[in-house]
Amino acid sequence: MTTGITAPGVVGVRVPGRSVRHDIRAIKIVLHREMLRFVNDRTRMVSTLVQPVLWLFVMGTGLSTLVSRGPSQGVDFRTFMYPGVIAMTVITTAMFSAGSIVWDREFGFLREMLVAPVGRASIVIGKCLGGGIVATAQGIIILALAGLVHVPYSPTLIITLLGEMFLASFAITAFGVSLAARMKNMQTFFGIMQMAIMPMIFLSGAMFPLSNLPAWLSFLTKINPLTYAVDPMRHAVFTHLDVSPQAVEALNPGVHWYAWHVPVAAELGIVALMGIALLGVAIAQFRRTD
Amino acid sequence: MTTSEEPAVAVRGLKKNYGDVEAVKGIDFEVRPGEVFGFLGPNGAGKTTTISMLCTLSRPTGGSASVAGHDVVKERDEVRRNIGLVFQDPTLDGYLSAEQNLRFHAELYGVPKEVVGERIRQVMEMVALWDRKDAKVMTFSGGMKRRLEIARGLLHSPRVLFLDEPTVGLDPQTRSAIWGYINKLRHTEDITIFMTTHYMDEAEYCDRIAIIDHGEIVVIDSPEALKASVGKDRVQIQTADDQTAITALAERFGLDAAVREGVVTFAVASGEEFVPRLFADLGVPIRSVHVSRPSLDDVFMNYTGSTIRDAEGESGASAWMRARARR
Repeated sequence: MTTGITAPGVVGVRVPGRSVRHDIRAIKIVLHREMLRFVNDRTRMVSTLVQPVLWLFVMGTGLSTLVSRGPSQGVDFRTFMYPGVIAMTVITTAMFSAGSIVWDREFGFLREMLVAPVGRASIVIGKCLGGGIVATAQGIIILALAGLVHVPYSPTLIITLLGEMFLASFAITAFGVSLAARMKNMQTFFGIMQMAIMPMIFLSGAMFPLSNLPAWLSFLTKINPLTYAVDPMRHAVFTHLDVSPQAVEALNPGVHWYAWHVPVAAELGIVALMGIALLGVAIAQFRRTD
Repeated sequence: MTTSEEPAVAVRGLKKNYGDVEAVKGIDFEVRPGEVFGFLGPNGAGKTTTISMLCTLSRPTGGSASVAGHDVVKERDEVRRNIGLVFQDPTLDGYLSAEQNLRFHAELYGVPKEVVGERIRQVMEMVALWDRKDAKVMTFSGGMKRRLEIARGLLHSPRVLFLDEPTVGLDPQTRSAIWGYINKLRHTEDITIFMTTHYMDEAEYCDRIAIIDHGEIVVIDSPEALKASVGKDRVQIQTADDQTAITALAERFGLDAAVREGVVTFAVASGEEFVPRLFADLGVPIRSVHVSRPSLDDVFMNYTGSTIRDAEGESGASAWMRARARR
């Protein structure tokens, strides 16, 4: 199919048919836009940092006077909270990225993407990769604070955490996009997001250790997908700390299904599977037309 | 390469219902390649709904349509590749620069890398925005945004360009500039233009127009032919007593008059010669008289029974609600 150009001096453009190469270009440009938006939006960068810093240094310091007498002796409560705060940061940032789809709808830009001759999958994948990368970048700032809470700057730890952060934020962006796909305004989205995210963070072990909990609470933490994103991060941090086995037992108990201690690899597998499933849901949502 | 025989747009019995509301009630028309085709009608007549279906954004309830030879339901990607779109509401990313917006479009449409830069420059020069390429779009005025959207719609050399109310909400100067670009386009690119408007004066620029009202096409023809078909002049009079004047016009002259836009309005052959008789025989004091040659307004009134502004007053609210619901 040719798109003919008649006048001299006019650049001829032939738009090729659908191909994998074209889909990859589409994914790349959607991703690129997410980056540009993130880099240009300094206020967002700063505002999403306020909350974790408050948790880590205000709540963390305040609570540490209470808990330092318990079995966690020798471990700063802020050190315990640190992986949880990383998880919170990437989760909130990823949700914000996903929410920008609602924004795009309100301001019309979504329509520009939806009339393009590319698969809906390319748009959604680009968006989720973008959300994942942006949230990970935001998490890097928290990583930089490690020294303040007695966590060593070990290269293996940093690389492990980066990988885990990306995985978690990709899955969360996919979750957010599947929610945002049909939503018409920002208020609804943020309302629903608060409703979904707050309990998930509370039940994830980000704020308190998942040991010695009452049965009902213990059960809720186990069916919460975020638990499986937070636990590997805590595990990574604790393997790089020099603390007593008792403290590890109390603060980093891991997740148990009955007697089985769920290994980190399985936990990451759960997060990855959730991410892919939610990505599928998000793509299906976008394929529906009026 | 011109496929001159194949229509650029072909529509057969196209329908769209939103719940119980029949927004488009089975319309038929064809647009010839290279034509500027206008859809004229009040807000809420079904113009935007029709464009959404032709652009694959909304699925028809019934009937069929093809654009550039491709079915809008079965070959959506092919249709999308061959059309350019300029919507009523802006669809630009205000946080990106003008050039970044166009680059996004080029990548999304798969414009070959080696021509992207050159083509962007060309379309931006056409709408006189090249010197503002690095400015963020949020700093642009409404007219500049619309011009940028036209440039973007042309970036991938579409065969059919859809313009939904391209000049609505713009100042007269920008409106005429946009018409300048559209006219220039017809000479520089091998393109068919499909547009909607509710401005009568703009419909004059079209090769052919379709008048649409309440979801149905009332008539399709060239603006000249439509005006000739009316054959009568329009007379508007201000009187001391409108109701008595209307009754008198019917009884004494056999004319069907009504109050339109606040004045008594009727159509009559050779209006200027009729005015002296009107003063002599009406029996109601006349304060002013205005006689005009048939315009598209009269064409619209002739075919639909109301002026376009009156029609908007009546259906404007529901159109607004429908537009909100669509988003």
